[in-house]
Amino acid sequence: MKSKFNASNAVVAVVCAALVLLPVYSATTGNIFILTLMTRIIIFALAASSLNLIMGYGGMMSFGHAAYLGIGGYAVGILAAEGIGSGFIQWPVALGVSALFALVIGALSLRTRGVYFIMITLAFAQMAYYVASALSRYGGDDGLTIYKRSTFDGLINLSDRTQFYYLCLACLFGGVYLIWRIVNSRFGLVVQGVRSNEQRMQAIGFPAYRYRLTCFVIAGTICGLAGALLANNTDFVSPAVMYWTRSGDLMVMVILGGMGSLFGPLIGAIVYLVLEELLSQFTEYWALIMGPLLLLIVLFARGGIMGLLGRIRRG
Amino acid sequence: MFLLIEQLLNGLQFGLLLFLLAAGLTLVFGIMDFVNLAHGSLYMMGAYFAATFVGWTGSFVFGAILALAATLLLGIALEFVALRHLYGRDHLDQVLATFGLILFFNDMVRLIWGPAGLALPLPTWLTTPVQLLPGVYYPAYRLSIIIVALLVAALLYLVVMRTRIGMLIRAGASNREMIGALGINIKLLFTLVFGLGAALAGLAGLMQAPILTVQIGMGENILILAFVIIVIGGIGSIRGAFLAAIFVGLIDTLGRAFLPDLLRKVLSGAAASTAAPALSSMLIYLLMAIVLVLRPEGLFPAAKR
Repeated sequence: MKSKFNASNAVVAVVCAALVLLPVYSATTGNIFILTLMTRIIIFALAASSLNLIMGYGGMMSFGHAAYLGIGGYAVGILAAEGIGSGFIQWPVALGVSALFALVIGALSLRTRGVYFIMITLAFAQMAYYVASALSRYGGDDGLTIYKRSTFDGLINLSDRTQFYYLCLACLFGGVYLIWRIVNSRFGLVVQGVRSNEQRMQAIGFPAYRYRLTCFVIAGTICGLAGALLANNTDFVSPAVMYWTRSGDLMVMVILGGMGSLFGPLIGAIVYLVLEELLSQFTEYWALIMGPLLLLIVLFARGGIMGLLGRIRRG
Repeated sequence: MFLLIEQLLNGLQFGLLLFLLAAGLTLVFGIMDFVNLAHGSLYMMGAYFAATFVGWTGSFVFGAILALAATLLLGIALEFVALRHLYGRDHLDQVLATFGLILFFNDMVRLIWGPAGLALPLPTWLTTPVQLLPGVYYPAYRLSIIIVALLVAALLYLVVMRTRIGMLIRAGASNREMIGALGINIKLLFTLVFGLGAALAGLAGLMQAPILTVQIGMGENILILAFVIIVIGGIGSIRGAFLAAIFVGLIDTLGRAFLPDLLRKVLSGAAASTAAPALSSMLIYLLMAIVLVLRPEGLFPAAKR
């Protein structure tokens, strides 16, 4: 990807710079609210970016991506409840369990195509939701409160607002970098090739199923990390995190920002969640505006915000 | 034994209800190639309309008929204003747009009817239990759901297989462009099919309303079940939807009723009471996974176009 100056690159650069400098602004003005809001947004941007890897580049329309948010979160929450507070154990477990879940449901779901795939991933995520609701030992429907955030042997203090913010931001940038590397690697090119023509890739000798499945597992693992972050951010995890509307939210963020664009999900997450925040301050019935807005975006703004910006070139 | 019969009937009743919902979904998908997440919202609207109209008219049957008509009109209006612009678009676009509609409908209902659920009281002639066999009683209302749903299923079969409209619907499902080229007004046909699907969803909603509370989001969980049924039955196949719906209804109901006792025989009491609810809610998804492994296209895939 040769970087060329255009409006979308400029916007991404400004947004990233603003994200890095935000704690400074927050500390000087004493505006803590914006820091907590942005921490949440960054975590969702990481989750949406991982969804973008399979949806935008791999052409796998997963409607169950929020399941990993819950699985990563529950891994942290359950271990914390059982007295294991070290992040060095909690986080690898969160990633590992997410990867395992992605492997199992991916292996089954990827046997299908198109709308079947959408519905099946949705159904599996719902299954995870019901299982979490039935975990009466760990709060069941009411969710599980995490009394102590993950500890990292004094390396980093997650209870410190600024340190936690930078950790989330580092995870986001790390995740996006990883996705960038994947997309431009041989592996990523094969996955994108399978998206545009599976039979042809198969014919040249690539085991399409295995490539897609690997990509699916990577995305699930990254989203599991977002789940671990989210649980630490809210000090709480509940089945609601993986309710199917959450998966819908993630999808909306990806589409809104621009599917198949590296920073699209970040922009989408910011716009979607800030809009939600603003609308819900303005009216209790924010979805009354958000719903039709989504419809209009789908009907009239294909390619999302990044697509719109991409059309504005200098000169 | 009586418990088993009762639970079998409950499962059948639930399955038939699911069929009403899944039939509309699979018709719309088979013919318009359109994924409609907002189908669950139409189910919810059917229940809310029924609760309101029964309150106004004071008659359960009359209110139900009005609610059915209202859901039909709502479906047609929805298709006319928004959804017809989405045919031929990517499935993902359709999912997102109808996801937006769910958000809209949920908040709309909250605005009009308030956040608390409504109750739909039954008339006394539907609350008395009916004696099916000597010593076996079953609630009259649940029995009437079974009868109505079976009648509707039969009617649907007759309409689709034996009438001109049904012939057009089947033709549309196998080749959209061709029936358009043959001079059939597909736009009208699509609107009709969508209205039919909406009415079926509304019927399911209003019949379920007296059993459960009428509440926001009631359509979402059951919509997922309808998806599972479509996937198991094969997309676009009404016959598949019918069999899969009854199967899912029975498995879900029987699983919830008997799995805890079965598990208690195998596992210790504490482990069983933890595992049983999780396992019984997973049961139909496991079933779907098995079907997918064996038959990725569903059990009764509609004919390839």
